[in-house]
Amino acid sequence: DFLDCQLTRTYQCRVIKTCRKMGIQTVAVHSDVDSSAVHVKMADEAVCVGPAPTGKSYLNMDAIMDAIRSTGAQAVHPGYGFLSENKEFAQRLAAEGVMFVGPDTHAIQAMGDKIQSKLIAKAAGVNTIPGFDGVVKTAEEAVKIAQDIGYPVMIKASAGGGGKGMRIAWNDEETREGFRFSSQEAASSFGDDRLLIEKFIDNPRHIEIQVLADKHGSALWLNERECSIQRRNQKVVEEAPSTFLDPATRRAMGEQAVQLAKAVQYSSAGTVEFLVDSQKNFYFLEMNTRLQVEHPITECITGLDLVQQMIRIAKGYPLQHKQEDIPINGWAIESRVYAEDPYKSFGLPSIGRLSQYQEPLNLSNVRVDSGIQEGSDISIYYDPMISKLVTYGATRAEALAKMEDALDNYVIRGVTHNIPLLREIITHPRFISGDITTNFLPEVYPSGFHGHQLATDSRRELLASAAALYIAAQLRSQRFLLSTIPQERGKWELCVELGKDRHNVEVTRSGNTYTVEVDAGRVEVSGEWNLASPLLPLTINGTHRMLQCLSREASGEITVQYLGTSFKVRVLSKLAAELDSYMPEKIPEDTSSILRSPMPGTVVAVAVKAGDTVAEGQEICVIEAMKMQNSMTAAKTAKVKSVHCKPGETVGEGDLLVELE
Amino acid sequence: NHELQKNPDCCPSSAPLLPLDCRWYSVSHLSVQERIDKKRKAALVGGGQKRIDAQHKRGKLTARERVELLLDPNSFVEYDMFVEHRCSDFGMEQDRNKFPGDSVVTGQGRINGRLVYVFSQDFTVFGGSLSGAHAQKICKIMDQAVMVGAPVIGLNDSGGARIQEGVESLAGYADIFLRNVTASGVVPQISLIMGPCAGGAVYSPALTDFTFMVKDTSYLFITGPDVVKSVTNEDVTQEELGGAKTHTAVSGVAHRAFENDIDALLNLRDFFNFLPLSNKDASPVIECHDPSDRLVPGLDTIVPMESTKAYDMLDIIHGIVDERDFFEIMPNYAKNIVVGFARMNGRTVGIVGNQPKVASGCLDINSSVKGARFVRFCDAFNIPIITFVDVPGFLPGTAQEYGGIIRHGAKLLFAFAEATVPKITIITRKAYGGAYDVMSSKHLRGDMNYAWPTAEVAVMGAKGAVQIIFRGKENQAEAEAEYVEKFANPFPAAVRGFVDDIIEPSTTRKRICRDLEVLASKKQVNPWKKHANIPL
Repeated sequence: DFLDCQLTRTYQCRVIKTCRKMGIQTVAVHSDVDSSAVHVKMADEAVCVGPAPTGKSYLNMDAIMDAIRSTGAQAVHPGYGFLSENKEFAQRLAAEGVMFVGPDTHAIQAMGDKIQSKLIAKAAGVNTIPGFDGVVKTAEEAVKIAQDIGYPVMIKASAGGGGKGMRIAWNDEETREGFRFSSQEAASSFGDDRLLIEKFIDNPRHIEIQVLADKHGSALWLNERECSIQRRNQKVVEEAPSTFLDPATRRAMGEQAVQLAKAVQYSSAGTVEFLVDSQKNFYFLEMNTRLQVEHPITECITGLDLVQQMIRIAKGYPLQHKQEDIPINGWAIESRVYAEDPYKSFGLPSIGRLSQYQEPLNLSNVRVDSGIQEGSDISIYYDPMISKLVTYGATRAEALAKMEDALDNYVIRGVTHNIPLLREIITHPRFISGDITTNFLPEVYPSGFHGHQLATDSRRELLASAAALYIAAQLRSQRFLLSTIPQERGKWELCVELGKDRHNVEVTRSGNTYTVEVDAGRVEVSGEWNLASPLLPLTINGTHRMLQCLSREASGEITVQYLGTSFKVRVLSKLAAELDSYMPEKIPEDTSSILRSPMPGTVVAVAVKAGDTVAEGQEICVIEAMKMQNSMTAAKTAKVKSVHCKPGETVGEGDLLVELE
Repeated sequence: NHELQKNPDCCPSSAPLLPLDCRWYSVSHLSVQERIDKKRKAALVGGGQKRIDAQHKRGKLTARERVELLLDPNSFVEYDMFVEHRCSDFGMEQDRNKFPGDSVVTGQGRINGRLVYVFSQDFTVFGGSLSGAHAQKICKIMDQAVMVGAPVIGLNDSGGARIQEGVESLAGYADIFLRNVTASGVVPQISLIMGPCAGGAVYSPALTDFTFMVKDTSYLFITGPDVVKSVTNEDVTQEELGGAKTHTAVSGVAHRAFENDIDALLNLRDFFNFLPLSNKDASPVIECHDPSDRLVPGLDTIVPMESTKAYDMLDIIHGIVDERDFFEIMPNYAKNIVVGFARMNGRTVGIVGNQPKVASGCLDINSSVKGARFVRFCDAFNIPIITFVDVPGFLPGTAQEYGGIIRHGAKLLFAFAEATVPKITIITRKAYGGAYDVMSSKHLRGDMNYAWPTAEVAVMGAKGAVQIIFRGKENQAEAEAEYVEKFANPFPAAVRGFVDDIIEPSTTRKRICRDLEVLASKKQVNPWKKHANIPL
């Protein structure tokens, strides 16, 4: 059998692995920039379907159909994203007699439309968010509608987009007030009287049910995945099962999901997404007619290979399992490791070449689904996902501890990544207690993410480790072959700079153990001190800690990754530290009058030209990267001095876009 | 004794230990001791606290602070602390115009335990100006450095000649120049410009092997902005004329610039570790934690499929060398060639690589000269040379021809050809035309020459070749394909033995480390000559 598989690099690798197990030969399709990517090497055959931009390659149906014909592929696995939920693609395959590993066209179509899918769901007995959309004449009418729906409710003008002018009412009085305000606004701002009154989901969680349905009318639910940790509606950390569901709710959700699958004669693996409120009421959101990124955690707790199941179903085999055979064994967590800068709105894309890359596969119960390797390029053309890091444990605590370990052991160099954020999330008390909602990130980090915040103890540990690393490197630079090694001093007096603060440290060494006096405390640091390894396993005051040395400069600057976050410190001898005060301060660039690209990407639009006057906050240009548009605004009111970019141009991070006077 | 009582603070600490019956002797002893102490104390503060403060205010350290930072703690042994200038004109003979040690601090010490001779000009004494005595102090340590075989580091911070001394000062410069030249190729000489360095003084750094600068506080020029204005009517600032940026990016006079004094001195310590102490020393080997047989999987995919597409040669270099530690020389000048020091399995090597990212990695006047000087340094000091080749040829055009690319390109050819140190060459992609010959080819006595599977050794690129071979022929595209098939691969060179092997890129580090082990005992001698005649 030939299977032509498609799509994101991570995904193709995942599918190819299962196919190999099943003895199915594979063809990978790729764009020209991906020609040496991992999935291309793994597959038995590979076909290039076009240049880097997805519209010309991975979304180019003609090229993909040609690839199918030329290789004689009998089936196509669409992966996720790109063409996976494209009904036209499914139809064209059907017309050529090529098996599509996924649901039938009509199921894709039915679930593809948000409004229609809600109607179908409602008809199938699935909970949907109750609401009213239309003209409400009086406040009393509004109260009646609200009472029917059940408090709390949300009231807003129908025509107002997003959360604009949204009011939340918890009782009749608030409903009247909300009605007055919203109807006024509806009339005045939009010239449209219609109001939307909808059940307000407080503390919403995003929990989804994995379903599996065959072509013979049977369907199963494979438990839930908790995907509430999101940023910009993209999932970041997922787990299975959810800490929040009790068996009854789980069963109710699972049964409704199966009902929906049956209602649309679904066959293959699919996901029914629900919003769940604080009272465990759940409401249908949408159904994804593909295998999702976070499917591995379901595989971990159920023991099923979902790709294998999909292929079996596509082949027409009935389901192997009964609902009562589906277990919840242990706990699985998935972190999406992205090539992005978490310090900028929880993640803006970054690009680069993975100069060093080492997955934490030395640890047990760790699974890494990735499609990259050392030397891979993360380009602006595709999803910035590096990998899905999955850890498993008998209990949630075990899985979480393993995740911490895995993140600390993950070596990624050459691109900025979101491991600092991931590690902070999974060690946050609210996350550990299971108290999460889809607003977790903005709630926990209202002023944005700033990395791990050091406490007294951890600061000491960091300073001590940096000082010890510095000395280990200093000592090593004296060990020339065939030369006498100079006598070592008994005690090192150093100054470690962290941010603007300076800390005097005193270090004594005995073998591989350094005793560091710092900030009125004593820290013992020991380790192998291999200066070539990116990983720096240390024992700090008896606790094992995996640090990573990101860089070590002759100037004493050392960057270490500690507790997930990278910290830059400067280690100086006491003398150098004293003299440092005489060094001239470098005048930093005035950043208000220049606009630099915050990320690599393509310039989509430039709204100004030289000589224009712009107001503070006015849009100057738009940069797009990895399917995300970023509007760049002026930091002050000024005249535009010069424009250094034009639409269609690619720019790098930090490139000068526009100069103001 | 009378004086002692008046001024008990001056009493040296050893005084009470003198046996009683020596008292008759101790009187004179103490007064000499006192004078010694006084002089030493005076020498330690150079031009006085006020001038030291002024120096600090400029963001510069004093001569002594610099020496202390540069050398291992307590390792500095000072010479000639008592030397004073001998000028007796213009009131210079007065006591207040005499400073023990004059305007330079000299001596020897250790950097990471290894011997080095240092001079550090003291701007607080007569603006660091060079007197006869000043020059004599520098010459003394240089002579000894050559005798014992240890490098010389000069920390330059001097206003120029001591005008009061006239020709004596000029003679001093010449004495130093002569020593710079005779020591050249015997011990490494490094200049770190940490303040002004103008007029004739610039030629000492220019004669040394490496010139580093401190950003914003150091200047190098033959004539300052005022003279420039009066002669050529150009308006130019000190910084534009001879600042660190100018010399590291435009003129190529300086090899690298650092943020400030401390950064520069700490980096200099780091740099020093790459160098052998003299031309009799082998390339130094330091303890290495990076496995010599480490595979570098990223290299298998680094060269793009399209031969017109660029990649960063530094990615290859960083991947291959120990701990990604590469000390690049002239990183901002003639960027189409990359040169610098690194280690392989602990041993210092010199790395030369064409940089496809800049001007396709072609050779032009500046890159040839940059490469040639670096190769000659390595050869002089027994440092093996590893060359990464991806070169489309020499840069065409009138600017290059009129500038003498023939003469300058010949320097690089000359340097590679005459070098007798171990030479290992890796052709990563293009090796076209004469540039192929130049870049440490087998024909120039390359010891190990490797090709990656992506290598193309040919007289020129397919398009140009086809236009010549099949001039006027209809189907150029077909001919081009045929040419590519035949020549755009490593086989033509490999079947002739011009490359020793075609290797998987990921194994490059392993191969080089193994070869260097073998070649450590390489002996090759050029025929006797007074000196060669490199086309300068």
